[in-house]
Amino acid sequence: MADSLYTYAVARIRSKELRLFDKTDLEQLMACTRYEDCLRILSDQGWGKSGEETAEQLLAAEREKTWDLIRELVDDMSVFDVFLYEKDFHNLKAAIKQTYVQEEVPGIYFNNGTIDKDIIINAVKHHDFSELPEFMRAAAEEAFQVQMHTGDGQLCEIILDKAVLEAIGQKGRTSGSKLLAEYAELKTAVADINIAVRGSRTGKNREFFKRALASCTSLDTEKLAEAALSGMEAISSYLEGTDYHEAAQLLMESPSAFERWCDNRIVELIKPQKYNPFTIEPLAAYILARENEIKTVRILLSGKLNGLPENSIRERLRDMYV
Amino acid sequence: MDKLGIVFALTGAVLAALMSGVGSAKGVGMGGEAAAGVITEDPSKFGKVLILQLLPGTQGIYGLLIAFITLSQIGVLGGDSNMSLAKGLLYLAACLPMAIVGYGSAIAQARASVASISVVAKKPEQFGKAMIFPAMVETYAILALLISILAITGIGGINI
Repeated sequence: MADSLYTYAVARIRSKELRLFDKTDLEQLMACTRYEDCLRILSDQGWGKSGEETAEQLLAAEREKTWDLIRELVDDMSVFDVFLYEKDFHNLKAAIKQTYVQEEVPGIYFNNGTIDKDIIINAVKHHDFSELPEFMRAAAEEAFQVQMHTGDGQLCEIILDKAVLEAIGQKGRTSGSKLLAEYAELKTAVADINIAVRGSRTGKNREFFKRALASCTSLDTEKLAEAALSGMEAISSYLEGTDYHEAAQLLMESPSAFERWCDNRIVELIKPQKYNPFTIEPLAAYILARENEIKTVRILLSGKLNGLPENSIRERLRDMYV
Repeated sequence: MDKLGIVFALTGAVLAALMSGVGSAKGVGMGGEAAAGVITEDPSKFGKVLILQLLPGTQGIYGLLIAFITLSQIGVLGGDSNMSLAKGLLYLAACLPMAIVGYGSAIAQARASVASISVVAKKPEQFGKAMIFPAMVETYAILALLISILAITGIGGINI
């Protein structure tokens, strides 16, 4: 019983949550006039490893710390597959493209996906996907054939992006966790909305939407594709009748407003986990809270670096978990 | 058939100690896991989380007490252990409140303790309030203890 309750892990995460940034910490960063001061504050707060990193290295180090902690706390990482599938499919995409251009490009692979990156690289190199998990095989074969025979990198990406979303959705639904199921659904739906918006703006055809939109339960992909073919107003109008009606207006405003809404929705989704002392869900919430924190700090740093006015940075900041 | 009286009476004593003990062991174990999680990050909270961890341990002590009183009443620790079947069954029934409530309340109290350990992890100054929530569960273990003691001590005077 105790094993499935993650009692030790959740208690440890509760202590870790004390170090998550709240609004006061963000205000402190906002108050800095110079970009370097922000980095110094972050370093003082224990961000990064050496204290000499660039902003990107600092953020990458924080993400790595989160996953190192989670790996320490959880023996069977398959419970977090919904977060890790993206890494696998990114590696698959990178391997296919690298094989296509026949050139070694360093530093393009992620470590710590659900399967070793070398298995993916070898599978692509030898065109034998039998070593890959079931959910990757068909998409890998199709993407490989498209890339090698047509050289159409965009289509290759569309195939793999759809496959990863469907894998995430499927894993979320079967995870037995309400939080992971809702997260997977939101992730898929948001990706579909983004595809519809971008596709509509660039004048894509029905075939594109059919290939790109991943199935999910909260959106009717056929209706969304139909709306995307008619234009932005039709997409907004379709979304008015769905769970994403709040996003409909924001979509018309700007892509960044919509993106902010999506991130805030995830924070709303995970907030009840602050009061849950058991199960894997508080750990999943912590992972998402850290991702949200890192993203917010990146937005803030980028705003400071580019000398954006305070209001402009502030309206892009995400809600915090704590 | 008359010999079975002592068998049932002893079964009651064993159940009281066994079930309450198992419940407390599980409960203190759960509390210990949570306490260890907090201590890993902040060893200064040791004293506070230790108290919360130990709260579900009392049921085991109550079970032991009931078992001990029963054993001395039924003559296992010395004296006459002959009793009727009906009396043996009465001792068994008298031990059941402690056995069942002891087990259930220890687990329930452990869950409340773990939640309170989370409170201490985040807000150590709220330790007093955090301790009250699992302590509330203790009420029901004490009520069961009381009934079991009254019943066990009362059975001796019944002439059956």
